[in-house]
Amino acid sequence: MSATPQGTAVEAPAGGAAAPGGGANGSTPVVTVRVPKRSVRSELRAIKVVWRRELIRFRNDRMRIVTSLVQPLLFLFVLGSGLQQLSAASTHGVDLKTFIYPGVLCISVMFTAMFSAASIVWDREFGFLREMMVAPVRRSSIVIGKCFGGATVASLQGVILILLAPTVHVPYSVTLVLGIFFLQLLLAFSITAFGVMAAARVKQMQSFMGLMQLVVMPMFFISGALFPVANLPGWLAVLNRLDPLTYAVSPMRSLVFSHLDLSKAAEQTLNPGITWFGWEVPVALEIFTVLALGLLMLGIAIWEFNAGE
Amino acid sequence: MSTAISVKDLRKSFGDFEAVRGVSFEVATGEVFGFLGPNGAGKTTTINMLCTLARPTSGAASVAGFDVVDARDDVRRHIGLVFQDPTLDGYLTAEQNLRLHAELYGVERALVAPRMQQVLEMVGLWERRATQVLTFSGGMRRRLEIARGLMHSPRVLFLDEPTIGLDPQTRNSIWGYIRQLQQSEEITIFMTTHYMDEAEFCGRIAIMDHGEIVALDTPEALKEEVGADRIRLETDDDEATIAAIRERFELEAGVSEGAVSFAVPGGEEFVPRLFAELGVPIRAVSVSRPTLDDVFMNHTGTTIRDAEESDGGAKAKNRFAAQMMGGGARR
Repeated sequence: MSATPQGTAVEAPAGGAAAPGGGANGSTPVVTVRVPKRSVRSELRAIKVVWRRELIRFRNDRMRIVTSLVQPLLFLFVLGSGLQQLSAASTHGVDLKTFIYPGVLCISVMFTAMFSAASIVWDREFGFLREMMVAPVRRSSIVIGKCFGGATVASLQGVILILLAPTVHVPYSVTLVLGIFFLQLLLAFSITAFGVMAAARVKQMQSFMGLMQLVVMPMFFISGALFPVANLPGWLAVLNRLDPLTYAVSPMRSLVFSHLDLSKAAEQTLNPGITWFGWEVPVALEIFTVLALGLLMLGIAIWEFNAGE
Repeated sequence: MSTAISVKDLRKSFGDFEAVRGVSFEVATGEVFGFLGPNGAGKTTTINMLCTLARPTSGAASVAGFDVVDARDDVRRHIGLVFQDPTLDGYLTAEQNLRLHAELYGVERALVAPRMQQVLEMVGLWERRATQVLTFSGGMRRRLEIARGLMHSPRVLFLDEPTIGLDPQTRNSIWGYIRQLQQSEEITIFMTTHYMDEAEFCGRIAIMDHGEIVALDTPEALKEEVGADRIRLETDDDEATIAAIRERFELEAGVSEGAVSFAVPGGEEFVPRLFAELGVPIRAVSVSRPTLDDVFMNHTGTTIRDAEESDGGAKAKNRFAAQMMGGGARR
């Protein structure tokens, strides 16, 4: 693969430099451009540029779209179908796939968002971060653009899973689709912010991936994406309430279940809601928790990038 | 003539280590100014301070008329940078890389396309603009970086070791662009290099060693200043030879790159005397006109290569390893 492009590459400069280069300057006038003073507009533009780059890269990287879908699909269809035989009695007739669908919606964006955040480590390793850092814009704009980009890419990925809703007995509806999309966007934003915050400190791809394994997998398992969060053993209940992902899975499940025709018993068992010392946490507060954590981590990430280098 | 870069007693310390120990110089608009010195001499640290990437510990510097500490954003608007290590996004095409850069700098939309065509044609990559950068060779990438650094018509272009690791042909074409730029645009070029032969292309050069500027002038003036020719001797006993040279001719010789070498005016006339009077067997002798190497030696007492082997070697190796890893992972 490397032989052909390299071969042509070496020949190109000599001819290119001598002929068209010299000729172009002799005949065509020099185009001179101006860089405007830094302003709010240039910051917004910088956010947009960084955001768009994430989208372009996502589009170019088809492999990533496919690979990051594998894990959620395994959980949904393999685990969901396989464990169905064991759980049929306790789910009150609800398909296990339907039950874990909201959880899978969350983890799919989580993995994609983490990958997006990882690209900042990648950018540092390959120097591109430096190109952005010397531009006449604030570093905060770059960090914000990165988080928005990661959130958008992850949500686009999530759309594929939204399309799968009927296969797990969840009917389409406008409020359902928009609701899921919004929740995924929010979760993806917070996860990307978390990843970018970590990436400010971790300078190597291997360490970053290791850290993600260390944090993401437990977060996912503890969150209740695969099980109802009532009547857990004490230690697990505590961990579950501390896990930020819990507060994304719970509203997602409430949203999906509200579009299903479930018996009271099934609803009670499968979607008991989160309680803090016996107090039932309202869905709005759960959503706010995810948002607040995301903004907090974004703030820390900005602070870290401003302080560094 | 106006001043593009003005530096006064600039210093930078990293903990106890003083990387730059008070450098002062001025670069006129339109000049090609070179920083020459071994790895670890403080060239990159100086460039980083001028580009607002590092804060000076003390001293002052202004670039394109703006202070590098107080007016960082204004400095950044007016400079172009080509780093030692690649900073392109390999997953994007050449065109996408340049467009992204232009937008990040806020170049007026209507001018992006014509400017891009101009800079890409200059570096001979216009035909390859739709190709993903990761398929580019090292030389093409460096040329693309130069094109990108010029996208926003900077007043000062900083080139940090622009030709390091490139084949001679590409090095020549990069020097071609630099000369061409000088004629076509009002641009000042500030570059670092540790290739002696390249420094000759610069209008003026500052020789840097251990964080200080030890000499600053045009290459011709610097070489003239040395005055003497350089004689290199290969002998069986270097120690005895050095002692003999000191005793018979009252000249100071040293060992560098495996040969005894010393400077003497009128070298060619000196060789017969050397053979007649030295009294130590000589295996080979060479006489050379002063080069920038001798200028460097004259001011620092070592050749640039020896200086790198003694204290810059480790750093250079690290960088090489990093590039190897980067290159491997990309493919």
